[in-house]
Amino acid sequence: MDFLAIVLPIGLSLTMISVFMGLCSYSVLAERKVSSWIQGRVGPNRTRLPLLGHLPIIGNLMTGLGLFQPAADGLKFLFKEEITPGHVNRTYFYLAPIIALAPALTTMVVLPFGRYVDAAGQVQPLVLANLEVGMLFILAISSLGVYGIVLAGWSSNSKYPFLGAIRSSAQMISYELAMGLSILPVFIWVAAPGSDYGLNLFGVVQSQQTLWLFMWQPLSALIFLVALFAETNRLPFDMAESETDLVGGFHTEYGCFKFGLFFVAEYAHVIMGSAIFVVLFLGGWNFLPGLADPWSDGLLGTILSVCWFMAKVFAMIFFFIWVRWTLPRFRYDQVMTLGWKLLLPLAIANLVFNTLVIALYDYFNR
Amino acid sequence: MAKTKVIERKPLSFAEKTFIPQILGGLKATMGTMLDKTVTLQYPEERPVIPDNYRGVPTLVKDPNGREKCVSCQLCEFVCPPKAIRIQPGEIDAELEPDRAHVEKAPQAFDINMLRCIYCGLCQEVCPEEAIFLQDIFSVSGTSRESMINNKEKLYELGGTLPDQHYKWDRKKAAELKGNAH
Repeated sequence: MDFLAIVLPIGLSLTMISVFMGLCSYSVLAERKVSSWIQGRVGPNRTRLPLLGHLPIIGNLMTGLGLFQPAADGLKFLFKEEITPGHVNRTYFYLAPIIALAPALTTMVVLPFGRYVDAAGQVQPLVLANLEVGMLFILAISSLGVYGIVLAGWSSNSKYPFLGAIRSSAQMISYELAMGLSILPVFIWVAAPGSDYGLNLFGVVQSQQTLWLFMWQPLSALIFLVALFAETNRLPFDMAESETDLVGGFHTEYGCFKFGLFFVAEYAHVIMGSAIFVVLFLGGWNFLPGLADPWSDGLLGTILSVCWFMAKVFAMIFFFIWVRWTLPRFRYDQVMTLGWKLLLPLAIANLVFNTLVIALYDYFNR
Repeated sequence: MAKTKVIERKPLSFAEKTFIPQILGGLKATMGTMLDKTVTLQYPEERPVIPDNYRGVPTLVKDPNGREKCVSCQLCEFVCPPKAIRIQPGEIDAELEPDRAHVEKAPQAFDINMLRCIYCGLCQEVCPEEAIFLQDIFSVSGTSRESMINNKEKLYELGGTLPDQHYKWDRKKAAELKGNAH
């Protein structure tokens, strides 16, 4: 029994990491495909694996959709020559990609991605570690991701990566505030005194069974979404990379697998960001607002809830990509202005407003 | 002084200041292009339509009767700006084509160096016999410098037959039969 208690979490974590890494590589493919469709191109459609790619009909379909492309991309990173420029600080240069990827993978520990009904008939979340302070944990860990970028920029010892790193750290610090403040009203409403959940993410999802949070907290959702784009370094806020003016920004000096790690980390952030947005504002695995969950109590219901959750996450990932090819990049000072002069005051005002509403509600309902 | 017209700019409305309507408009536009047909071609399998007056690889053509048109006058060789064309004039074999032999000449060797050719089309323009044409081949590749030189055989293979309406040799024959050969 003790043996199982040790092995099971390890097995589950390994499974989740492999699924998550698979998702990362396929969101890279999704990015390439969607961007090519938006630009009127076809996108990757040539890579074909032996056997699987030569099945009748399906093989051609999979090849046309580029489903084998991630394997080719990964192999390319693996087999490229490993170049380390002479002018870098080696220790931190090697450390940076690891530090960039680790937080993104760590946050998924507290992410509930489905639900099951236990033997006692209670609805329980499918999650690696059901932390009471889940949201706090995510905010704390995900902001560590900036260290990877800062270290990469600094240890590269050249001007463009350095500029990228400075920009991205400034941006992340500014948007973290707005992000944290924007979800406070959510938790004030959800974790009312006497409720069971607190900062638990499962509680947020459970509270959205009738109404999704973005419908009655639209301002919070909007601020959180904008901050999320900034935190994940995606366009229109990809100050850290700025392909056009910073030549790739913090990863200019990186190549082959180290660059691959940064690449995966970026998409890991995107997936985690989408998942968190789905959990907080889009009702998690709840079916549709106003409708009771059709998921049954058994295994099938669990699987369906996970699938529904994943569908929402994929929709969010698509939205991320879609926005990338719609909006131009903000100038650096515009990013700062938006963060400090607009989003932060709005988030504070939103918090004060919601607090007042709750106070009045309590006052009159006493 | 040119008259300047001052365009009146309306102040932005509140909705416009939030950028949200513009962002939604942009999202709509990109979604539209995403659902549109792709504009690119799957190149090696799908080829673009080449217009008739396209200046591709220069080739030698035969007349509709399958006769060689080039009489090796060497005008193209002289006009060729990068000196890509090399012609060795020669006699026509009397055994094979008795009515053409000793009347015209034909190239013994005709080389166009595609590494030098600039696709200017002067050879086509200058040719009195309409024997050389820049046709629709636009993709040339080879593994060595030698393989990039198109010899006579290759040029005829690339050129094929163009349906011109001159029928020079038929007319000459008809004139000869009527009694006024020259």
